[in-house]
Amino acid sequence: MKNVTLKAGKTGFGEGLLEAAQKYREVVGLGADITTSTGMNLFANTFPTRFFSMGIAEQNCIGVAAGMALAGKIPVFSTYGVFAALRSADHIRISLCYNNLHVIIGGAHAGISVGPDGATHQALEDLAVMRVMPNMTVISPCDATQTHLATVAAIELNSGPVYIRFGREPVPDFTLLDQDFKIGKGQLLREGSDVSLIATGHLVWEALLAAEKLEQQGIKARVINLHTIKPIDEEIIQTAARETGLIVTAEEHQITGGLGSAVADVVVRNQPVPMAFVGMPDRFGESGQPRELMEKYGLTAQNIFHKAIELIKLKK
Amino acid sequence: MNLTTEQIEQKALEIRQWVIRSLAEAGSGHLGGSLGLADVMAALYFRRLRHQPGNPRWEDRDRLILSIGHVAPVLYAALALSGYFEPDELLTLRKLGSRLQGHPGRDHGLPGIELSAGSLGQGISVAVGLAMAARLDHKSWHTWCICGDGELQEGSVWEAAMAASHHKLDNLTVIVDRNHLQIDGPTEQVMSLEPLARKWSAFGWNIVECDGNDVEQILLATSAPLRVKDKPTVIVAKTVMGKGIKAIENDYRWHGRGPSADEAIAFIHELNHTQP
Ligand SMILES: [Mg+2]
Repeated sequence: MKNVTLKAGKTGFGEGLLEAAQKYREVVGLGADITTSTGMNLFANTFPTRFFSMGIAEQNCIGVAAGMALAGKIPVFSTYGVFAALRSADHIRISLCYNNLHVIIGGAHAGISVGPDGATHQALEDLAVMRVMPNMTVISPCDATQTHLATVAAIELNSGPVYIRFGREPVPDFTLLDQDFKIGKGQLLREGSDVSLIATGHLVWEALLAAEKLEQQGIKARVINLHTIKPIDEEIIQTAARETGLIVTAEEHQITGGLGSAVADVVVRNQPVPMAFVGMPDRFGESGQPRELMEKYGLTAQNIFHKAIELIKLKK
Repeated sequence: MNLTTEQIEQKALEIRQWVIRSLAEAGSGHLGGSLGLADVMAALYFRRLRHQPGNPRWEDRDRLILSIGHVAPVLYAALALSGYFEPDELLTLRKLGSRLQGHPGRDHGLPGIELSAGSLGQGISVAVGLAMAARLDHKSWHTWCICGDGELQEGSVWEAAMAASHHKLDNLTVIVDRNHLQIDGPTEQVMSLEPLARKWSAFGWNIVECDGNDVEQILLATSAPLRVKDKPTVIVAKTVMGKGIKAIENDYRWHGRGPSADEAIAFIHELNHTQP
């Protein structure tokens, strides 16, 4: 595959937020002390009167965002995913979701690729908790450029709360700014009829690499980028199940409750087919270099490749 | 609405009657706290709040956030009596399909409800957000937030308190329903709050204390925040849980229950024969 540049998801988030803020004066930002780590500093420096420092108090940030939304603002709040989604869960449930207020939550430092900081700061449960909340939209873009587009789209969605997760580590930035990005609409990145690889976040890149390896074995793998976990694109999943008969999901998240579970929900209700899951196996992460951790826990093209081969053997 | 103090006291009495009737009809609910707040609600809705009951989404209205959502019946009665909807609807409280949910629910369409709330400790943060947005837009409306005293044990209340003074929100007033009781018993036994005024003061708030069952005092206390600059105000309103019904006053067992039909008749009879 051709060489691509590396870029962190948070940079895409910062650029998308800046673009939307230039277009819409209702956009305001709330920061919880780690504005540079989330990419929000770009907005804060450009629009200092629309940025509010709220300190290390995530639950309050969610409530404040709700109040600002009630008064006609479009608040964007970002901190690490573990704190944004998990520490504030009840505030998100009642103040945001039950009130159905248009607030964008940026969950930074997603996944185990946060690396040396270790388990406390690696968000691996955020998708599960966010996607069970009524009214919530959940987006997990595949690279920095898509995070940029997703952030603008979330602000333009103009209804309900939205959770967008993105990583810290620079990863392949392979999509284009003029791509057709629609919340709730998965992207077919590669055609194939033997097996479907459905991935989210930067594991989409690993899925593309896995498809190339499978090709060398004469196996045609379909690759789908499911950047929106909720509302989920049922059609693209059902078509994949029907036409390929096997599905491997891949995500930087606990297997239980995340993308894999969301896809399985759709598959069992419509067209049950054998599935395999790449993700964290119900355990916490640990310290290490991002790539070392991805390899230790099998969040790699190699493991996606193996899961696909196993599924195909099962079928025969 | 420019009612005299006596007329507002009369409204508080009517609010209490409707609270008792609606809870008896519902068969459940929180009577004690609802009765204790009747005077505060009457003073707000019939004097202090800038609002237009016929135009509930009026952009320049004051915002009132009821963070202690479980005393919804007293909010509903105040809204109905000030003209947001017909008082008879109060008798649908807590029933399937009602606009009067057990805790206020914005999506059920009841006019005058600003926020779905009731998970304790959250309303004050929302009120901070409203006040910040109003200031950003140079709007002159005021945000009011009613919190319970037991509710102040939630840590996020103090996150909000810290943020409100940091951002110098003089367009925000929190009223604490200081009845010294919560479900398990007296607040000072469950988890002590005192010295309460000093806690708020240390967080940078302007402090006002009043008898929360004395309309004259409430009117005076709620006029104070409108004159303070660069600080949010907290009004610690000392109330009596169950106020107006001698048999249940200060009895925490009445925190989370409603009256039977017979009790309701006796309670309303007592209210009608007590001089304010
Ligand atoms: Mg109390």
